[in-house]
Amino acid sequence: MSEVILSLRGLSKNYELGSSFSRGKDVVHAVEDVNLEITEGETLGIVGESGCGKSTLGRMIVRLEEPTRGEILFEGHDLAKEPKKKLRALRKRFQMIFQDPYASLNPRRQIGQIVEEPLRVHGIPKAERRVIAHDLLKRVGLDENAYEKYPHEFSGGQRQRVVIARALALNPRLVVADEPVSALDVSIQAQVLNLFKDLQKEFGLTYVFIAHDLGVVRHVSDRIAVMYLGKIVELAPADELYEHPSHPYSKALLSANPRMGADDKRERIILKGDIPNPINRPTGCSFNPRCPKAAEICRTTEPALLTIGNRQVACHFPE
Amino acid sequence: MSIKDNSEAIFSESPGKIALRTLRKDKRSIISLSILGFIIAISLLAPIYAHFVAHTKPFVSSLDATTTIGGKVVPVLEASTTGLGLGVTPIGPTWNPSSYFLGADGQGRDVMARLLYGGRNTLLIGTSAGIICIFLALLIGVIAGYRKGWIDAILSRLLDVIWAFPVYLLAISLSVVLLTSGLTIGFIHLGPGSFALPILIIGVVYIPYVARPIRAQVLSLREREFVRAAVGIGAKDSTIIFREILPNIIPSVLVFIPIIVALCMLTESALSFLSIGVQPPQASWGTIINDGLALLYTRPWVGIAPGLLIVLTAASLNLYGDAVRDALDPKTRSRGDA
Repeated sequence: MSEVILSLRGLSKNYELGSSFSRGKDVVHAVEDVNLEITEGETLGIVGESGCGKSTLGRMIVRLEEPTRGEILFEGHDLAKEPKKKLRALRKRFQMIFQDPYASLNPRRQIGQIVEEPLRVHGIPKAERRVIAHDLLKRVGLDENAYEKYPHEFSGGQRQRVVIARALALNPRLVVADEPVSALDVSIQAQVLNLFKDLQKEFGLTYVFIAHDLGVVRHVSDRIAVMYLGKIVELAPADELYEHPSHPYSKALLSANPRMGADDKRERIILKGDIPNPINRPTGCSFNPRCPKAAEICRTTEPALLTIGNRQVACHFPE
Repeated sequence: MSIKDNSEAIFSESPGKIALRTLRKDKRSIISLSILGFIIAISLLAPIYAHFVAHTKPFVSSLDATTTIGGKVVPVLEASTTGLGLGVTPIGPTWNPSSYFLGADGQGRDVMARLLYGGRNTLLIGTSAGIICIFLALLIGVIAGYRKGWIDAILSRLLDVIWAFPVYLLAISLSVVLLTSGLTIGFIHLGPGSFALPILIIGVVYIPYVARPIRAQVLSLREREFVRAAVGIGAKDSTIIFREILPNIIPSVLVFIPIIVALCMLTESALSFLSIGVQPPQASWGTIINDGLALLYTRPWVGIAPGLLIVLTAASLNLYGDAVRDALDPKTRSRGDA
């Protein structure tokens, strides 16, 4: 249970702006120096505002994005350095689920073909593929006759079930889900989230679950990483993070999450200003221009991600 | 996606089948296909018409031929009776299919028979050039769009070179040079009179007009999530191109075919009119218009008849192209219905 299956070491992604003639002038640090360990069977939630680099991080883990620096250690391989051909064979061990179920299914292929495609790519014979695909469609809660249908005949929630079936076709260990429910109706979200949980038990999956909806993340995650401007600012077990956020940014983020009921007397922390431009990030702690607790040290020295108890926080004045 | 969408599609149909069904019901496609079918059929029947109906040899000049009108034998070429009495005037339309239906040209040849033979050549060259153009453009567009980087840069600049010339200027220059010398590619030699030359020239000059939009479409498709998903499952580039990208490009290619074929046909006629396309004694609609130019005041039908056929064919192809486009694009279709 506690075996580490994925560990990220100093993972970074820079985007160089400008055309090929003027390259290297401006650099966007989309993800900077992320260190994470994910143990088998757990769900790690990643939350943060739009543009904080959480999707880039997710895509790097499954190598749909080339990391600039750092290591992605998975089952004894450094995915960041594997050559293209070897990587293709390794891909069946880790899969990605995308945000938009309307864009992630080829409109010209039948559902059956879509679910069978990963099996076909990895050389599984046709008869066997059919059996597996039918079984998968049943397990994700779709009708028998979905096999012959086309994506345009399905709703968003049903399509996301197809996307999940495709991701599970190769029996992966690790699934990175990039905002898998944010494009769905709220009424459908719960169904799909429960499907995620059921499948995790059934297939023994490990999830990296990226979202901006804090309620969603809390429901599925064991641990949660809070990202701000490409860095992890806090990493804690889900319930502890929600009860006692330690980083001022986590606190502000959680206070923005609406709660049901009239007894909501919490203080709402409204952050000043926008997320800073990732090209010219602030010196010191990158949260200091918006932080209510910012002091002189925050403007000069960048806080390291330190372990306090069973959580990690990058702040000079953690609570 | 509304509930209505699901209830409409009771039977599972591929997007292609839905488009085909829409196209079959479209009046424009019925009309344009009937016209095109008729023109193609009579062009294919040209030898039969020449041999068994008109009893004429359309590629041999027959200055002293005669024909019978109303029981009287008349020469096909009459000496001019006006002015200085120089030159000849060919016989006008008899509207009798068995002899000089549309009259004769300056060399006493049956214009109707030549028109049908000319249609064969014009349609053959236009269609072949169009298909070659689309095939090459698809190849270039998909490679440039999918590979990106320096391969795209080189291919795009090559297309720009062709694009920079006005189409007709480039086609005329290439034709003038190649028609006199022929073209040798490796061990294949295309002689000066070969139809392959105009086909190749016309096909090449239109490549950028098709390749650029295809490249742009591939560029946007390759960033779509279903293509990312195919990368994620470990698919090879060739698999991604053939199974994910091409099926989504085919609709626009289908729309291009009739339009490009019409353009190629027009270009062929223009080049032949300028006598740098189809070479005599072979005929094409363009060369017949050129023949008719000298007879424009006395025998206007020699020039008008091929002109009408060109207009009719090009208009039908464009009409059909419009119908195909609307059938394949559900967005414009629903707007039309509303």
